[in-house]
Amino acid sequence: MNWQSFIFGQLSWSDLPHQWFTIGGTGAIFTMLAAVALFLTITKRWQWLWTNWLTSTDPKKIGVMYLVIAFLMFIRGGLDALMIFAQQVVTVGPGYLGAQHGYLDANHFQQIFTAHGDIMVFFVTMGFLFGLINLIVPLQIGARDLAFPFLNSLGFWLYVAGAILINMFFVLGGEFAATGWLAVAPLSELQFQPGVGVNYWIWSLQISGLGTLIGGINFVVTILKMRAPGMTLMRMPMFTWTSLMSMLLVISIFPILAMTIALLTLDRYLGMHFFTLNNAGNQMMYWNLIWMWGHPEVYVLIIPAFGIYSEVVSTFAQKKVFGYPSLVAAAGLITLLSFTVWLHHFFTMGAGADVNAFFGIMTMYIGIPTGVQIVNWLLTMFRGRIRFYSPIYWFFGFISTFTFGGMAGMLMALPPVDFQIHNSLFLVAHFHTMIVGGALFGIFAGFTYWFPKITGFKLNEKLGKYVFWTWLVGFFVSFVPLYILGMMGATRRMDHYSPSTGWQYLFLVSLIGALIIVVAVILQVVQLVVSIKQRKQLRDTTGDPWNGRSLEWSTPSPVPFYNFVVIPQVNSRDAFWEMKQQKNKIPVRYEDIVLPKNTALGIYLASFLFLFGLAMVWQAILFAIIGLVGAVVCVIKRTFAEDTEYVLPAAEVAKLDRQYRLAV
Amino acid sequence: MRNIQSGSLQSEIDNNDKTTLGFWIYLMTDLVMFGVLFATYTVLRGNTFGGPLDRQVFNLPFALVETLILLTSSFTCGLAILAMQTKNKTQVLMWFVITFLLGLSFLGLELNEFNKLISEGNSWQRSGFLSAYFSLVGTHGLHITAGLVWMGICLVKVWKEGLNSSLSRKLTLLSLFWHFLDIVWIFIFTIVYLLSGI
Repeated sequence: MNWQSFIFGQLSWSDLPHQWFTIGGTGAIFTMLAAVALFLTITKRWQWLWTNWLTSTDPKKIGVMYLVIAFLMFIRGGLDALMIFAQQVVTVGPGYLGAQHGYLDANHFQQIFTAHGDIMVFFVTMGFLFGLINLIVPLQIGARDLAFPFLNSLGFWLYVAGAILINMFFVLGGEFAATGWLAVAPLSELQFQPGVGVNYWIWSLQISGLGTLIGGINFVVTILKMRAPGMTLMRMPMFTWTSLMSMLLVISIFPILAMTIALLTLDRYLGMHFFTLNNAGNQMMYWNLIWMWGHPEVYVLIIPAFGIYSEVVSTFAQKKVFGYPSLVAAAGLITLLSFTVWLHHFFTMGAGADVNAFFGIMTMYIGIPTGVQIVNWLLTMFRGRIRFYSPIYWFFGFISTFTFGGMAGMLMALPPVDFQIHNSLFLVAHFHTMIVGGALFGIFAGFTYWFPKITGFKLNEKLGKYVFWTWLVGFFVSFVPLYILGMMGATRRMDHYSPSTGWQYLFLVSLIGALIIVVAVILQVVQLVVSIKQRKQLRDTTGDPWNGRSLEWSTPSPVPFYNFVVIPQVNSRDAFWEMKQQKNKIPVRYEDIVLPKNTALGIYLASFLFLFGLAMVWQAILFAIIGLVGAVVCVIKRTFAEDTEYVLPAAEVAKLDRQYRLAV
Repeated sequence: MRNIQSGSLQSEIDNNDKTTLGFWIYLMTDLVMFGVLFATYTVLRGNTFGGPLDRQVFNLPFALVETLILLTSSFTCGLAILAMQTKNKTQVLMWFVITFLLGLSFLGLELNEFNKLISEGNSWQRSGFLSAYFSLVGTHGLHITAGLVWMGICLVKVWKEGLNSSLSRKLTLLSLFWHFLDIVWIFIFTIVYLLSGI
């Protein structure tokens, strides 16, 4: 091995951006970075950013940062989606930009839908959810912090490192995995994907997955150990319950993902034969392993959304949630059953009628607890006095969309039917209905609902309703044609089809739908900007703008960094509602508060792992060693760090509390 | 943290409690990872691709010696924790040094076995079976290595600073980790080595 490959691995000058999309991507990344840097320099905010945000261990700050990154990635993944739709419309005509059909060649098209899937699942939906959980769960359980504040910061920064790494192929290499979002073997093996594309996939997901796992452990311990006195498990708010279940899923399945990716890595880097075609590898094992992670993963995304809907419905119907124990039981059952259905992703593999029948029936079983939840929400509204604010609009949108998509899912749970529509656009339409109509609408509901708690002012209500309607219409216009196309035999991941199929007009409708969604997203940004401008009028002076029921509404808005002056005593479900009914004032007795110090070690550790990941993509051994050693040193340093907490004296708390009350 | 206030003592107990639970959960996630490796090994056991079968490459008495060494190290690790509870620094150091040496010799034996296999032309590139074998046992070996590094650092700290509460907590977690690796090894011994004899 010569010194050059020891330092730089396979990296060479020709890997710098030279295609139109890599130049565009790199240009966009550096322009944004430069703009941010310029803004920070002009407003002299570097120090502020570093101490108040980046190094913070406050879950509320980390939550906001999750939301910001997830939104950026949402734009990124959305551009991919537009490119996919556009290609499918123009592909029947002549080729442009050197492509044979449409404007993207087949390989590039494959990379785009791969990136779209990975980004939307790992960095958008997961990011939004972790953001909301960080923001709200500690408040709902009456805690001042998480169990492991440093690990929370570290988990966030690993997520960021993964998010940067998945975009690094623009700058170095110009190639992402052309395999589909799960990089199924043997397609992802060296034999078929000799470039660095799959390596980017591997290291980006491995690093961000580690962050997710750390976050999962952190929230399970937090929810189990740090609830306010009196808050038994069956008194927890629904969002806390569903977050707990989602995080239990995370800690059960993310190790499977980590190990599956590791095995693929060993195949590609050390010439092992887990999933290869030669030397007796077993390709179907990859499918089994990745879906043992992958199916529960979609429940990781949807279950917290169920919790958000429960909160929103009961708050805006002004009733306690109907059948709380059955809602908890249903969510728990969904959590458990999610482990028993993975094979429905490949009924066509040929496992035989008995195996397929088992997994088909288990899949249909999941419909039962889901149906229970839907009935619970509907009955919560029954005879309630519903106040029509935008969060509950999202719920209405969800319940129709989700039931619709769920029926399509039931259809596909039948193995004989699935053989007909397997890997067709029908499937693509189904899971987008579930993830957009279920998880994403839930995230928007939660975002609108909890926005005043975080910022101190509400979002503009009128624009919120516009956003909702545009999103809903755009979604259906965009995805209903895909159901039809799937029925007509259009397969997913298709960069070209014959004009004689007559599919083009349906793809065109889809593209129009996607453009309506673009308008919706623009409206969302406008809503945010307008709301910030009108923050004086929209100000939440009570801390309880929606007449809420759970503990987060007992704090002032925005929430002080110590969350609670006095840790509340909980006597029932809907703890805050009960306090309001009984006019129970929490007696104010100021006490010393122990809080975690800021730490930059999470950033350093994640940076070293990022360096390690990037170096491993290119097999640049020297930098990989530097990254790994640096990361290990950071871990050791943190393990023996003693001075990680500080005490906020009671007098100081009293002063701050008076200020907050005055501001209110 | 300042330990003057009575509240802080409570918070230290709480922190211990949380850390222990968190560490247990981490161990369980690690167990899931090993679960994947065990499943993989079971699936690929017969995929030898014309290469050696498992009974042709494994030496049972050798594996038994490895097992006994690791089990003994787990026992000495337990003795160290007992000594820690009586605040006997010398004994803690002594038992952990013995544990460390036993762990190191286990690792040496394992590397020796790997080396032998590779020199006979049966490396992880030979077949799916050997890939699975090297990965499963190698992952365990990596964990042992990490445990040894951790133990080494803790030993130096104990030797220098004595048995303070934070070090005691770390040693307790380390012993959990060590026993966990022992249990995983018992499964490796059964599924990889003993089953190869049948």
